[in-house]
Amino acid sequence: MANSYLLKRADFIFRNENDWEKILSNSIKKKPADLINELISSELKGRGGAGFPTGLKWKLTSEAKSDVKYVICNADEGEPGTFKDREILSKVPYKVLTAMAVCGYITGAKQGFIYLRGEYKFLEEELYKAIDEFEYYCKEIKLEFKINIFMGSGAYICGEETALMESMEGRRGEPRNKPPFPSIEGYKEKPTVINNVETLAHAYTIFKEGAKKFYDLGVQYSRGTKLFSVSGDTPKPGIYELELGMSLQDFVYEFGDGDTKAVQVGGASGFLVPRKKFKDAAIGFQGKLTGISLPTGGSMMLFNSSRSMFNVLDNYLEFFREESCGQCTPCRVGCQQLLLGIKAVKRGDKPASYLDKLMRLTETMQLTAKCGLGQSVANSFSSIVENFREEMIY
Amino acid sequence: MSDKLNITINGFQVSVKKNTTILEAADEQGIRIPTLCYHKDLCIAGNCRVCVVEVVGQKRLSAACATPCEEGMEILTNSLKVRNSRKHIIELLLSEHNADCTKCYRNGNCELQELASEYKIMTQDFIELVPLKNYTIDAFSPSIIKDDSKCIRCQRCVRTCAELQGVNALTVSHKGDKMKITTFFEKNMNQVVCTNCGQCVNHCPTGALVEKNYIEEVWEAIADPTKHVVVQTAPAVRVGLGEELGLPSGSRVTGKMVSALKRLGFDSVLDTDFTADLTIMEEGTELLTRLKKALVDKDENVALPMATSCSPGWIKYIEHMYPEFLNNLSTCKSPQQMFGALVKTYYAKARNLDPENIVSVSIMPCTAKKFEAYRPEMHDSGYRDVDYVLTTRELAILIKQAGLDFNKLDEVKYDRLMGESSGAAVIFGATGGVMEAALRTAYEIVTGREVPFENLNINPVRGMEGVREASIKIEKPAKEWAFLDGVELKCAVAHGLVNAKAVMDAVKSGKADYHFIEIMACPGGCLGGGGQPIPTNPEIRQKRAEAIYAEDSDMPIRKSHLNPEVAKLYKDFLKEPLGEVSHHLLHTKYTKRERY
Amino acid sequence: MNPIQSLVKDLADKHGRKRESLLPIMQGVVAQEKYLSELAMIEIAREIDISASEVYGTATFYSFLETEKMGKYVIRVCKTITCAMKGKNQVMLTIQNMLKIKLGETTPDRKFTLLETNCLGWCHKAPAMLINDDVYTELTPEKVREVLSMYMKENHVN
Repeated sequence: MANSYLLKRADFIFRNENDWEKILSNSIKKKPADLINELISSELKGRGGAGFPTGLKWKLTSEAKSDVKYVICNADEGEPGTFKDREILSKVPYKVLTAMAVCGYITGAKQGFIYLRGEYKFLEEELYKAIDEFEYYCKEIKLEFKINIFMGSGAYICGEETALMESMEGRRGEPRNKPPFPSIEGYKEKPTVINNVETLAHAYTIFKEGAKKFYDLGVQYSRGTKLFSVSGDTPKPGIYELELGMSLQDFVYEFGDGDTKAVQVGGASGFLVPRKKFKDAAIGFQGKLTGISLPTGGSMMLFNSSRSMFNVLDNYLEFFREESCGQCTPCRVGCQQLLLGIKAVKRGDKPASYLDKLMRLTETMQLTAKCGLGQSVANSFSSIVENFREEMIY
Repeated sequence: MSDKLNITINGFQVSVKKNTTILEAADEQGIRIPTLCYHKDLCIAGNCRVCVVEVVGQKRLSAACATPCEEGMEILTNSLKVRNSRKHIIELLLSEHNADCTKCYRNGNCELQELASEYKIMTQDFIELVPLKNYTIDAFSPSIIKDDSKCIRCQRCVRTCAELQGVNALTVSHKGDKMKITTFFEKNMNQVVCTNCGQCVNHCPTGALVEKNYIEEVWEAIADPTKHVVVQTAPAVRVGLGEELGLPSGSRVTGKMVSALKRLGFDSVLDTDFTADLTIMEEGTELLTRLKKALVDKDENVALPMATSCSPGWIKYIEHMYPEFLNNLSTCKSPQQMFGALVKTYYAKARNLDPENIVSVSIMPCTAKKFEAYRPEMHDSGYRDVDYVLTTRELAILIKQAGLDFNKLDEVKYDRLMGESSGAAVIFGATGGVMEAALRTAYEIVTGREVPFENLNINPVRGMEGVREASIKIEKPAKEWAFLDGVELKCAVAHGLVNAKAVMDAVKSGKADYHFIEIMACPGGCLGGGGQPIPTNPEIRQKRAEAIYAEDSDMPIRKSHLNPEVAKLYKDFLKEPLGEVSHHLLHTKYTKRERY
Repeated sequence: MNPIQSLVKDLADKHGRKRESLLPIMQGVVAQEKYLSELAMIEIAREIDISASEVYGTATFYSFLETEKMGKYVIRVCKTITCAMKGKNQVMLTIQNMLKIKLGETTPDRKFTLLETNCLGWCHKAPAMLINDDVYTELTPEKVREVLSMYMKENHVN
């Protein structure tokens, strides 16, 4: 079945249209409820990786009772292997700003923020220019909406939405307990919509072209298109907009170098899929195709047969050991144990069976970590060890 | 709309109030869910993950402490999934922890050790992380030892220092595997704003933060035949000690404690309550003198409100945070230090002892008292006034080491000369107690009548409210206090330094016009001190407070100025409150310190 | 007022004195001073009226808020997967040879500090590095030499 689905390229996000003023002024003439329904019926899901229905998110905040609300654009793109948000913000910032303002109109938020990762500092100046022009237009059409950029300072975990809010509040970026969820109690305890850059760019497309156009793309449960950041052993690294639901087989056919051994889908916190499972793996949220479905923020890293999966895993785990916020036990200690564990097995200091103990530990990490990141840090371990166990052992 | 929710816990239907967490709901059903980062005094952190439970239908486990119950929730607190995960988490914590339990000060009273024992963690498969890290032990503070190798990063100490004390000496720094609990620029505890209150020690689940103990030093002094070892016991110790020795919280063990101290070999067992009464005489007189200077002499240099100075944590706090208010502090030394100064002068003379050979030990509910005794200015007797300060917990260790069956001990009275006290002195151990004791005496000195409260119980200053205010109108005073006629004496009481901050900010901004404020560094006052038994929590503090007030009611003398030994002290030695000898031995000055 | 005090004061005037101003203020100090000194943190704490330890605890959470003095140019070489696969170590060695410093060190003239960093988001153009806020991608030893030589010339203005 998966075989029958071919790679479908699309061009919405980077299509440069100078019509954002029209989209904005038209949108705010519509009823908020209609706009929300449009979003809901498009079935747009968060493009940061978690896949929460965007329309529902906006609806919750629009219904929350508060004089002050916020819209935050999450541009803390830190997942290894993703670089799409930077391209969106540098090439089509107006789409993002427009979607933020429409969100503000719908929810009643008058202040927006872009949380921009410190590594993208060089974008700040241009982005502020765009914001100035944008705010000028908002004033013209009497839409009260301000946007500020909040610079990050080098902390992967701040991509987690509540950690991001803690960071904006001037604290350590440690994820909060949920509930309460940000839609109800977010930045400065006010109802807050927080969306990934790409999600907002898609929302723009939906406001412009209508929900149906978006819905008709992709597959069931995984509608629309998605930007993929392609890197690793590929002849054509870069950013590609593709319809969701493709099989990994087709993806590798297009992007592989002919010797693709495995693909890491979803960045360091995602899953590694070995060659033998390519045709069963579908890229999407919960598409029950033949085999695995892989939700993703769009990071696709390809590895050919010259690569050692031990080194790959070692690199990921070192990343998480450093980038875990460190507050909760399973993530803080778990990452250290996984990293030390594979090294010990590789050296022969621990028996191969120690990998099984660590596999059970990954289950605990997935079950008990405080935030989404902590729950997924072990994904790479479990999928790599499951499929390339022999490469881990001395 | 009903304010109840129906849930099931482990298959049993129960109904709980809205906004109840899973942890609380289980507790109501008598099901204990293990916790580490959770503490009733503190906000919810949800970071240790030991309390995870299964909510049927959810993919992930939920932290019971941080998850509110919802209608229809089916909770499993002990499913296989929960058990396996919990066990893993305990193992992970142990891998990060210096689990050399037999060499740990908290051996036998450690929450991690208990959990490891409960879950029968018999092997350590995970790689030990402690040897891979560069841990150092910070033992530079005279009060507190910080050993990061035993830290489980639950952040209870950090929350304590911030939420209860508003001090923020401790913080979380770095992230990932390098995340740790530390101070500003990782300085030693004695170099930062730490007040030595020891609340972090009291809230630490493991041995990462402990008091600096002086147990061996005291044993050595006792064993030395050339030394006369005097011990004084603070008011709050007698309502806390029992907990360390197997008795329920709130047990009053004054007589047994005295008996135990005698059996430990102290040459004289005396009572800090004696100098608490003395403090009232000095501090009460000081207050009246300040009021007179302000109201009659119109002296603008008089600092009002006058603040109590019994709590060394509070003293160090104000020295750091509000140094411009140091003149507002009463110049009275704390009862411990008054006692120390008198032991090596008055007591030595009366007992014909060479002060050189006296070792002065105090048993305190407090770790800041250790620092206080080490202050350079506390040498007014010509010697170090107090040689060793032990906490309530350390005393319990002495008693256990001596093999005493505490329960079987008979009740014995304090030795004389500095052993007599009033009910007003014992309530020094509870928040509001110094205020109440001072009012009992000052009001009577001024008016010749008892304070207008039933049974002398000044209820407005009692209780656990963070800040309490009271005022007493002075009517028909004696002739020499005529200037106070009609004056409404305004008082405030605060406990926990975060509440002290509220009071001081009100004073600073001019919003408050108090005459007299009592501040105790620790929540609940000394009965909730950093040196008190672990655990201490709101319920336990309540029970200890009840015990303190019961001690007071049962005392034959309830007012400090009626303490006959204090009267004798003035007659034979001090002559008068605020007199020259007092000034030299019983009063002190304060040091401005940096806030940063 | 010493220079740090006035810098912090100016930043506080610009960004406000609330807790949420903390990061922008710290970033401002680092942009100017290249690191957050003890003194700077104390001044920041004073301006926002929080404890110095909170400033320290927050600063150390963020990789770009250095608490040790850095060189004029901070080189951050990405060490995450794709860059590692595509020759990050060769980049590193080239820099170390050119500057005669090891990872984590600063040149004696305080011009360069060499650090590693986690994913910079240039995986499709790996390996990549940042020199202060500027990105250099698709690095080869040759390209690194070229870029660094440019910086090593004293008159390089950035």
